[in-house]
Order: sequence, then structure tokens, then C-alpha cells
Amino acid sequence: MGFKIIRKERFSDTTFLMEIYAPEIAKKRKAGQFLILRLHEKGERIPLTIADANVKKGTITIVVQEIGKTTKELGTFEEGDKILDIVGPLGNPTHIEKWGTVVCVGGGLGIAPLYPITETLKNAGNYVISILGARTKSLLFWEDRFKKISHKVIIATDDGSYGIKGVVTLPLENILKSKKIDYIYCVGPVIMMKFVTITAKKYNVPIIVSLNPIMVDGTGMCGCCRVTIGDETKFACVDGPEFDGYKVNFDELIKRLNYYKSEEKLALERFEKKHKCRCEGKK
Amino acid sequence: MNKKDRLKIPRQVMPEQNPKERIKNFNEVPYGYTPELAIAEAQRCLQCKNAPCVKGCPVEVNIPQFIKLIREGKFIEAARKIKETNSLPAICGRVCPQEEQCEAQCVLGKISKPVAIGNLERFVADYEREQGNVSLPSITNKTKGKVAIVGAGPAGLTAAGDLRKMGYDVVIFEALHEAGGVLIYGIPEFRLPKEIVKKEIEYLSNIGIEIKCNYLIGRTKTIKELLDEYDAVFLGIGAGLPKFMGIEGENLNGILSANEYLTRSNLMKAYLFPKYDTPIKKAKKVAVIGGGNVAMDSARTAIRYGAEVYIVYRRTEKEMPARVEEIKHGKEEGINFLFLTNPVKYIGDENGNVKKIVLEKMKLGEPDSSGRRRPIPTGEYTELEIDMVIVAIGTSAQKVIPQTTPELKLNKWGYIEVDENLMTSIEGVFAGGDIVTGAATVIEAMGAGKKAARNIDKYISAKKNK
Repeated sequence: MGFKIIRKERFSDTTFLMEIYAPEIAKKRKAGQFLILRLHEKGERIPLTIADANVKKGTITIVVQEIGKTTKELGTFEEGDKILDIVGPLGNPTHIEKWGTVVCVGGGLGIAPLYPITETLKNAGNYVISILGARTKSLLFWEDRFKKISHKVIIATDDGSYGIKGVVTLPLENILKSKKIDYIYCVGPVIMMKFVTITAKKYNVPIIVSLNPIMVDGTGMCGCCRVTIGDETKFACVDGPEFDGYKVNFDELIKRLNYYKSEEKLALERFEKKHKCRCEGKK
Repeated sequence: MNKKDRLKIPRQVMPEQNPKERIKNFNEVPYGYTPELAIAEAQRCLQCKNAPCVKGCPVEVNIPQFIKLIREGKFIEAARKIKETNSLPAICGRVCPQEEQCEAQCVLGKISKPVAIGNLERFVADYEREQGNVSLPSITNKTKGKVAIVGAGPAGLTAAGDLRKMGYDVVIFEALHEAGGVLIYGIPEFRLPKEIVKKEIEYLSNIGIEIKCNYLIGRTKTIKELLDEYDAVFLGIGAGLPKFMGIEGENLNGILSANEYLTRSNLMKAYLFPKYDTPIKKAKKVAVIGGGNVAMDSARTAIRYGAEVYIVYRRTEKEMPARVEEIKHGKEEGINFLFLTNPVKYIGDENGNVKKIVLEKMKLGEPDSSGRRRPIPTGEYTELEIDMVIVAIGTSAQKVIPQTTPELKLNKWGYIEVDENLMTSIEGVFAGGDIVTGAATVIEAMGAGKKAARNIDKYISAKKNK
């Protein structure tokens, strides 16, 4: 029972990578797909994008940022520990064609799910420019990996500690001004995807964004993840998670992501209190 | 005892938790019969030779015989008699609409009240389980073949149980982390305790059925891949996709499908938040849209979270599809009913949280295709202030298998097309339950599972004899 953590790598105080033994998911996953995991009997089900897989080793890779109770608790899991439930791969794979020149924009943790998309785009014969954004240098990861799967990599940090100082739309707009771009793929915080979409639209370049609403089952059963796409309601889990950026109602998504804020805060405080006591007890 | 004496016995009422108390907990509402009550009720049965009640049962339980055994005090034997044709009696005794099935056919119903067949079924199943005296049928070691069952809901569990007893190796694939389908995520604890569902599923494991949870067929493995490993496949994947009305403001925060609300509460145990991680909002005033059993389950759940609850239904009480018993329980628990009203628009606050519904008054017109009088809009509107809306207007076909199996033929509503043997357009792949008929009852899905098992057996036997 359960899914064993084979490798854990800390990227920063709040971000880490986990390689998990799940051979059937590893075999099937394609770029853009996600999984749902539940840590233990009392756990909630949360969606996480599959960042990579190794079919030979039978492993999948997730990159996690500790934001809420469940992600913080997952951060306490170590190599050899088991996650009780994982189901996947879920959602539709990314729609990829040989477009010509594409820009892949990843922000924050979105860099991880962007990785397989970028890799597949390059393998499909596209000229790939990657823009990776982070708040500060220490939160940036996988620059080296992106260099291997992109023709060009541009880094932007909010505080200017590395690469260009500023948000990802700055370098994006520079590229769009000077070069014909055929497609943009973007994964990151909703607010970033919103502004990247606005920039793309300004230059009439089509854009695909990957949405991350709250989910319960992740298989089309609960409708918690519904998003407004054009004038239609779609379920991100079975109709997405990727959509035409022009059509996404980002403001509604931001509000929906905030709905359980007070409960999330309560759960996190309760966890931190308990966890702190445990740590102190050990001393 | 002669017939006249039997007719004198009144239908025995099942003791229940007091409404004032029970709205504060999630414990089961009826306590069940005592042995004395069960025997008294069993005495009412006239043991009709032609057994009209059995014809009313989708899984053909031998009703007169099991009731006769109860009369003789042979409760365990009675339970086993039921299990010859029904693997899940403790569940059926609780959630079957007996008043439309077996009990509707009971001749006593014409004179007074029908025999409480459902209550008796529940009693013996509980008795057997509580005594810890559950017997396992002897199953031949020689396997007749391998069958994959997709979906661990009522249809899949029944098909699995029957096929295993016929001598097949059976593996069930379930997408959620727990088996049971709607019995686990949908029907609330106070109507169907999860311990009972778990026990009935344990029984299936004990007879050698393997259940693989966290396994989404279509994605984790395709149907084509299943056919490479198994002699036949049964799809009991349900109609799980919740419907919304498509009206203005429906994606505001606080507007949930009944599936989401019930899944949070039942499967994820959100009523134990923050001890359990999944949250649920404790709303003050809740509107539940719809008039079926799922609407009643949602409303009665919301009452238990302390809300003031309104059922919003576009027809009248007479047309409500919910079981009479559920409506009665709901009324006792203080649910308010707004009949002949239909939501037309939701209004939210600055955070995108719902705060008001605009309702249109309806009137009844001529009967429609369902035989019920059609609701007609009147152009008159009222408003209702609420902070949560639960949409319980039905569900449609599950999407993942059709998405990943383009060769599977669907009808115009998106449900899977089957022939008279429940075989789909793909040879060796059978389907039954809600994914074929559209949302229906637990027992109808079980009936389909039973029929599918019989046909799968025929199909595999014929193939192997070639």
C-alpha cells in the first residue's frame, strides 16, 4: 500500500522535488497531465502537475511549494516514506504541434510543469525560447535542465538578484517586438498567466495556459474546478487543465482559489503548532 | 396463525432517532428492528404462491422464503437466503425505493400497508454482520476466466460478486481512493453508515475479488489494454458528471454541485475538519436546487452543519422524485420547501461569494415526457438571501472513458450504447448502470450488474468452447 518516495531534493526553504515510485503512472503520463495525491487517512486530495517521469526506474517527479497544510506536511516526508494515495495521470495532455517558434513562460513553481511541455515542443521540431521567472535567485530551479531542452533561456527575477530585473512579461514583450512568435505556452501563478495572456494578445500570438483550480476528485465528478472559458463553463480536470488563454476568466479563477482561505489558514496554524511542539519535544 | 389474524397485525414501525437530536449528529436515523419487531412484521406476510413481490425486485430476491425464515427465528439463514441473489442486502435494505418495487407489488398494500420488506432485509443483514457470522460461499479454484470491472459502485460490485461466485477471477478498478462509488461519496452517513458499506465490500474481498483503488481506467490503463489481459470488461462507471443550469452567476463561490458537497462531507469526512484536512463551509442559509434524493441528502446534510435550509423545486411536492420517507425525514428535521420556484440568477458580493438568488415563480402545465406536469415560468420573481447553494439537478455521463475510447459508441446523451446482452460496440466490453441508463437508483444499477454478469459468463463460456 502507498507510493514510496525514492528521492527528495530541497530547492529552497519552501520548495522541494520528490521522485516517487509509481510505474504505471510513469509509463502513461504525458506533458501537461497531473495527479491527485492524499498523504494519509485524514488527508485531503490535492492536484499536482507531473513534472517529469522515468519509465525505466518507474518513477514520477513532482515539485512542490510549501504553501498550505498538505504541502507543508508533504515537506516533512522523507526518502523511503510513503504517500497513501496517488491517482493519475489526469487531465488531457498538452496540445503540441510543430508551430515554428514558440516561447515557454514559467513562473515560480510553474517552471516544473512547464518542463515536460517545453521538452515535447522541442522534440516536435519547434525553435524554443524559455523564459523562467522567480521572485528571487534562490527560488529559481532547473535552469540547467531548461538549457538542454531550449534553444534560448531567459531568466527574470522580481528583485533582480539574477537575470533580468522584473516580471516575465518584460523579456516576453521584447521578444514579441523583435521576432515572429507562433505560439506561447505559459504555466505559473494565475496573476502571471493573466498578464502574459494580455501581452500575447497585444501581439496577436495564440497562448495556452495551464490552470490550477481547487479540485476534490480530479476525475470529473465534483465540479469544484469549474472555470469560465469564453461563455462556457468547463471542468479543468477533464476538459483541461490547459485552455486557450484568450478565453480564460482569470479574475473569476483568482476569486475561486481564495474561497477556502480561512479554512486553509486554520488547518495550517493547527499543523504548525502541532509540528512545532513535536520538534521541540525531540530536543 | 390464519390469514385473518395476520391481517390484524399492524405494519411495525422502525424506531428512529428523535429529529431534534439527530440534526446535531451524523449517526444513522432509524435504529432498525429488534428481533421481536422483525418477527411480528414477518408474521404479516401471506406467503403468496405467485410471489408478486419478487417480480418487483430488480435482483430477484426470494422474498417470501427469507421472510418465512425470519418468522421461524432463523435470522442467519434468512440473510443467506437473500445473499443467494443479492450480495449487498444491508445496503439495499436501507436505500432501495421499496415502495416503488417489491412493496408496491405486495398484496397487503391493497388492503392495508404492504409488508415492510426493506426493513426486514436490513434487519437480517445487520443481524448476520453483528453476530460476526458471515459465511463465505464455496468457490471453485478452477478459474473460468478473467474479468475486469471498471468502477466499484453498485453495478460493478454486484457484477463482481456474481462473476466471482460463478468461478471467475475478478479485478475491480476504482478511480477514487475508496471502493463503493455513490454508496461512499454520495449517500450520507445518517442514511447509510460507511462501516456497513465497508463490511459489504470486505465480504467481496474475502471471496477473492481484488479491488485496485486509485486507478482511473482510460488514463492509468486504457480499455484496449484491459482487453489484452482480461477475457471481458464491465464498465460500471456511473453518471458522475454534475449538471449545472448554466444561469448567470453560477460559478460564484459558495455554489457547489451536490456531488462536491456530499463528497467533501462523506468521502473526505469534512464534518471532522480540521481533524481531517478537507474543509467544508459552514453556511448560515443554504438553498438546495432540485427535488430528488440527492437534493434531500444535501439538504439534510446542510441541516446537520447547522444551516437554515431551503429546498428550491420548480414543481410541487407531488412531483418530487425523492422517496416519500426522505421528504418526511427532511420535514421533521426542519427543511423549508419552496415549491414552484426556479433559480434564474445568482448575485455575489465583492469577493465573488454568492449572497442572493433570484427565483422565478412557476406554475404547472400539461404533463411532459416524464408524465409529470411541466413547470411553466410566470414572469414573477422573488429573491432569497443565502450564503451557499447546492445544485442537485442531476448528473450526466462520466467523461474520461469516452474521451480515451473513441471507438466506444455513445447515444445522443453521451451514455454508452449496449445491445440486449449489455455488450457495447466493442466486443467483450459490457456496460451497465447509470452510464447506460442515465442517473437512476442503486438497485437498478445492481440489477444491471447482475444481468451483465450472466451475459459475461455466457460470452466467455461460448468463446472458450469454440
